Amino acid sequence: MTGPGEGRDPAGIGRFDVPPGPTAPDAEPARRNGHRPAAGAAPIPPQADEPDRPAADQPDTASTDGTGTGSGPGGTAPAVPDRPGDQWDRRVANGLAFLRRRLSGDYEVDEFGFDPELTDAVFHPLLRLLYRDWFRTEVSGVEHVPLDGPALVVGNHSGTVALDALILSAALHDKHPAHRYLRLLGADLVFRMPVVSEIARKTGGTVACNPDAERLLGGGDLVGVFPEGFKGIGKLYSDRYKLQRFGRGGFVSAALRTGTPIVPVAIVGGEEIYPMLADIKPLARLLKLPYFPVTPTFPWLGPLGMVPLPSKWLIQFCPPIPTAHLTDSADDPLVVFNLADQVRETIQQTLHTLLERRPDPFGP
Amino acid sequence: MTPGSTSGAPGVVVVTGVGRYLGAHVAARLAADPRIERVIGVDAPEPGAEFTDLLDRVERIRVDSGSLGGLLADLDVDAVVHLALVSAPDPQHGGRSAMKDQNVIGTMQLLAACQRAPRLRKLVVRSSTAAYGVSFRDPAVFTEETEPREVPRGGFGRDILDVEGYVRGFRRRRSDVTATVLRFAPFIGSTADTTLTRYFSQPLVPTVFGRDPRLQFLHIDDALEVLHRSIVEDHPGTYNVAGPGVLSLSQAIRRAGRVAVPVLEPGLSGAAALARSMGFGRYGLDQVDLFVHGRVVDTTRLEQEYGFTPRSTAAAFDDFIRAHHGGVVVTRGQLAAAEQLVLDGIRQVRAAVRERS
Repeated sequence: MTGPGEGRDPAGIGRFDVPPGPTAPDAEPARRNGHRPAAGAAPIPPQADEPDRPAADQPDTASTDGTGTGSGPGGTAPAVPDRPGDQWDRRVANGLAFLRRRLSGDYEVDEFGFDPELTDAVFHPLLRLLYRDWFRTEVSGVEHVPLDGPALVVGNHSGTVALDALILSAALHDKHPAHRYLRLLGADLVFRMPVVSEIARKTGGTVACNPDAERLLGGGDLVGVFPEGFKGIGKLYSDRYKLQRFGRGGFVSAALRTGTPIVPVAIVGGEEIYPMLADIKPLARLLKLPYFPVTPTFPWLGPLGMVPLPSKWLIQFCPPIPTAHLTDSADDPLVVFNLADQVRETIQQTLHTLLERRPDPFGP
Repeated sequence: MTPGSTSGAPGVVVVTGVGRYLGAHVAARLAADPRIERVIGVDAPEPGAEFTDLLDRVERIRVDSGSLGGLLADLDVDAVVHLALVSAPDPQHGGRSAMKDQNVIGTMQLLAACQRAPRLRKLVVRSSTAAYGVSFRDPAVFTEETEPREVPRGGFGRDILDVEGYVRGFRRRRSDVTATVLRFAPFIGSTADTTLTRYFSQPLVPTVFGRDPRLQFLHIDDALEVLHRSIVEDHPGTYNVAGPGVLSLSQAIRRAGRVAVPVLEPGLSGAAALARSMGFGRYGLDQVDLFVHGRVVDTTRLEQEYGFTPRSTAAAFDDFIRAHHGGVVVTRGQLAAAEQLVLDGIRQVRAAVRERS
C-alpha cells in the first residue's frame, strides 16, 4: 500500500515551495505566501493521502473571505482584500476558527468522551508523522474492514508502550476508504493515570469491559482490542512476535453477543521500537506497574530513551470471521475458546508471513 | 388495592422535604393537578419560610420523621413521595452527622411508617446517579443493572446506597406497593440553586489536573415532570433520569465563559476537607470523585417506560448559562472579535509587505 505520499521521503518534504494540491488557479500567491510561514509550518505540506478533515468548516470561513473580496456587502469587510483560494490564508483562518470553537466549548463529545474534532486536528496529525515518516508503515488488507456497521478488530500487542494501538487507529483512519475511527479498549491502568486517561477518552478509547465493548458494537462502531494485554506489551525482546495467552476471551463473547464479525490484524514492527531486555520486577511492584522495562536506551538515556527506534512497520488486516450465526453461544466456553484460538492462530501465521517479507527490522 | 387495579392517580399524597426547592415544587405541582384530592407536605420541625407562596394549596405538617408512623395510617395515605434527601453537609445545620441522620435514618423511619400504612399503594423515592459509585474499572455508561464496584468515599454516595438498600427491603415486604426509584443526575437550570450551579457560577472554577470528566445534567423542570408522572401513572422499578448527551467538564466551563483552574488531585481532596472543617464551602469528596471519574447513565429505560425524554444535557446547561451570565470571564463575542482582529492584522501586514516589495 505504497501510496503517493509514502514514496516521498521526509527529507524531500522541505523542497516543496508550492504546496502540491488542487490550487492551480492562483499558483503565484500560493508560492509567495508559502515562503513566509515556512519556518513554522512548512514540514506539514498538504499530502495527497491526507484526509482533509477541516473541510467541514471551510464553507463558512470561505464565505466570510468571499464577502471581503467580492461584492463586499459591508459589515465586517476586511481592510485588505483576500485572494480567494489562498492556501495559507485559509489555513490560518481555519486554525483560528478551530481555536475559537475549542475555547468556547463549541464541539460535541460522545458518551464515551470521544472528541472527533480534537482527534482529527491534533492527535491524528501527530500520529501521522510517527507512523508514516518515522515507522514507514505499510498497511494492507484494509478492504477486510467493513465500510459501515460494527466490527471487532483484534490485534497483537507489543512494544513496551502501547504505541501500536495508536498507530493502528491512525493508520486505519487514514487508509480506510470511509475514514473510520477505531474505538480502542484499554486496560484500567490507562484510565487510572491523569492526563493519559483523558487523551485515551478523547481519542475514542474506553475501559476494556464487556458492557462498553457491547455498547460500542451495538452502536455500529469499529472496536479495537488487544487481548494479550500487558502480557503482550510487557514481554521480553527475545519473545518477540510470539503471541501470548488471550485471557478469558471476553472479546469473543462481546462479538458473539452482538453478532459482530471479528477482523484479526497482525502488526509487525512494534516489537523493535523499545526492545525490552529485562524487567525489574521489584521496581515494578514498588511503582504498582505491571512491569518495569530496561531497553538499550531506557532508563540509561533518561528522556532520550523514550524516543522509539525507527523500525519498519507492516500492518495486515485479515479476512473477517463472521459470528452472526453463533449469537446463542456467547456463554458457551467451548465456542468462545475455539474462536479465540482461531483468531490467535490467524494473527500468528500472518505475523510469520509478514516477518518473511521484512528481513531487516530497520530496513527502508 | 393491588397496583394496576385502580387507575393511576392516587387520592392522598404525602410529599417529604417540602422545605426545599424540589419538594416544594413537586408538592405545588401535585396540588395543582385536579386528579389528586389532597397533598400533604411533611417537613422537619425547623421553620423555613422560603416556599410558602408556592405551598398555599398544600397542607403542611411539621413532624420529625420518628412520629410519621401514626400519621401515615391516620391520613389514609395512597402515595408517598420521598424527596427529603440532603446532597451536601450544611455546616449551619449540623454538618455531616445531621445529613446522615436526615438521609439514612429519615428514610428508614419513613419506610417503616409506609410499611404500616394499609392503604398505601405507591412509593416514589428520590435517588441519585451517585448510586453507581466510582471506580476506574467502571463502564463508561451505567445502565440500571450496573452494580457499584466500590463503595463511594463521599457521604452522599454512601447514603444513597443505604437508601436504595432500604427501598429494596421495603419492596420485598410490601410487594403490593408500586415502588419507583428515580436516580437523578445533578440538577441544573435557570432557577435551581445546587452545589453544582454554585460551582459553575464562580469566575474561576477549580478542576482536577489531568482529568476531564464526562458530566450529565438534568433540567430541574424535567425532574419535576418525571416525579409528577411517577405519581399519577404507575411506573414500578428503578430509572436513570438524566439529560441525554454528555458535556465534558472543560467544555461546560468554556461554554459558561468561566476559566478552569486545574488543581492536583491530592491537593483538591485536602482543600475540600479543610474547607469543610473550617465551616465554609460545601464541596466534599462526592464532588471530587465526580470531577475525577465523571458519570454518564443510560436513559433508554426511562424514555421507553415514561414516553418522555428530558431535554439534553447541553440544552439544560444552556438554560443555566442564560440565567447566570453575571460572572462571565470570556464571552463568545470576545473570542469571535479576537479571531477577526488577528485575521485583519495578518491581512494588513501582508498588504504592507506587498507594497514594499
